Amino acid sequence: MKYLCLVYMEEQKLHAVPDRECVACGDGLRQGGQLLAAEALQPIDTATTVRVRNGKVSVTDGPFAETKEQLAGFYLIEARDLNDAIQVAAKIPPAREGSVEVRPVRELAP
Amino acid sequence: MTATDPVHETVNAVYVAESRRVLATLIRLLGDFDAAEEAMHEAFRAALEQWPRDGIPGNPRAWLVSAGRFKAIDSRRRLARFDGLDGVSDAVIAVRDEAAWADPEALEDDRLRLIFTCCHPALSSDAQVALTLREVCGLTTEEIAQAFVTPAPTLAQRIVRAKGKIRDAKIPYEVPERGDLAERLDSVLRVIYLVFNEGYAASSGASVTRHDLSAEAIRVGRLLVELLPEPEAIGLLALMLLHDSRRAARVNAGGDLVLLNDQDRSKWDRAQIGEGARLVERALAGGSVGPYAIQAAIAAVHAEAASAAETDWGEIVGLYDALMRIAGSPVVELNRAVAVAMRDGPAAGLVLVDAILERGDLKDYRLAHAARADLCRRLGRVAEAGESYARALALTRQEPERRFLERRLAELAT
Repeated sequence: MKYLCLVYMEEQKLHAVPDRECVACGDGLRQGGQLLAAEALQPIDTATTVRVRNGKVSVTDGPFAETKEQLAGFYLIEARDLNDAIQVAAKIPPAREGSVEVRPVRELAP
Repeated sequence: MTATDPVHETVNAVYVAESRRVLATLIRLLGDFDAAEEAMHEAFRAALEQWPRDGIPGNPRAWLVSAGRFKAIDSRRRLARFDGLDGVSDAVIAVRDEAAWADPEALEDDRLRLIFTCCHPALSSDAQVALTLREVCGLTTEEIAQAFVTPAPTLAQRIVRAKGKIRDAKIPYEVPERGDLAERLDSVLRVIYLVFNEGYAASSGASVTRHDLSAEAIRVGRLLVELLPEPEAIGLLALMLLHDSRRAARVNAGGDLVLLNDQDRSKWDRAQIGEGARLVERALAGGSVGPYAIQAAIAAVHAEAASAAETDWGEIVGLYDALMRIAGSPVVELNRAVAVAMRDGPAAGLVLVDAILERGDLKDYRLAHAARADLCRRLGRVAEAGESYARALALTRQEPERRFLERRLAELAT
């Protein structure tokens, strides 16, 4: 089963975890066959929001939610069940600075 | 069929004694809470039809599990035919079944699996409590709603949502591995103690105890000790038995709260105290001593004292010191301060309570102000006592506690 681990961090802590450590974590998970994809994201002030309303594309700056923590990256993993996914999430280095939201992937109905 | 029919009575008795175990096994076999519940009810329905004709089976539980499984296979087969997937689900069920019956220990573990799944930390605390009472204890949604003074639809929705998360996020139906066990057991113990306390000292409402909930918590506690005799599980069971042993003395005929030191100790349940005390010894002999075992040890010292004055307050302060070291909190510190006041006099206790309140940790905790009020009263500092009683009164939500504080406040004035 696939789970998406969304990494949330406070902006000033984005660089608290060395990149090297995150790369090593990703390599380890990939070797164990548990990692499908993982990327770190640029800070939220680089974000753009796109909406389509009545066929018209609207583009805005942001989103700038009120929350202190922002989405900083993601890991798409393959895990046996939620317990297995939690064990993987606990290994993601930013978990000790921010938080990791674990969401099961929903297979789209064809 | 009438209720006086002996076979009907046997089926009822088997339902009371075995339905939770049957359910626990069916959840594992079918991999789904709702399907298992339906299959279990189908199995009991079949028992009512067949046992009068064929006689009561030698192992009713195995019969019911087997009947439930066949009923579920049947209904899946019907569904599969609709979906044009005939054969697929049969194969799935057959594989699960083979592995399931190969290991007799797995059957015993099913009840533990059920407990750990209902108390999984990925579920909200409210959901853990509701699911445990529903699935492990077999209470109806209405009974749980009543006990928690929550509208039944709210509670039903909470249970549906929790089952949905178990299914969709794939929370596994298993006893955690050794490495995770301590942490996961904490979650289970917390749920059981929460249910107990909700029954023992209802956080709101007109009645001080809602004994049914306490009794259910003790029942699950016993089951847990039977299946997984970890020192902290034993400690929690001891703690609940010792607290519950004082139930008859905690409230007077008028429904008012009676403090520990003023209770009629002849009303304490001696048999339950004996059992609690033996469990405390067992929990403490385990090597690593946890917070439940220490709290149970404190309760045992109280329970075994002939009166408040004859209580070994030195021992109690020592146990609170130990508790502070492994699970220190402002509330534990407050309890320790009250024990110090009993050992060394109210002035010594007041210094400690004031220090805690000055830090601000417990400034909205009603019992901290009630404790301060009591110490001031004993020292003859009437004005300060009155202020603190008023503070406690403003913070309490529980009717008998309100009456108690109002009475104390009135007594100060005379």
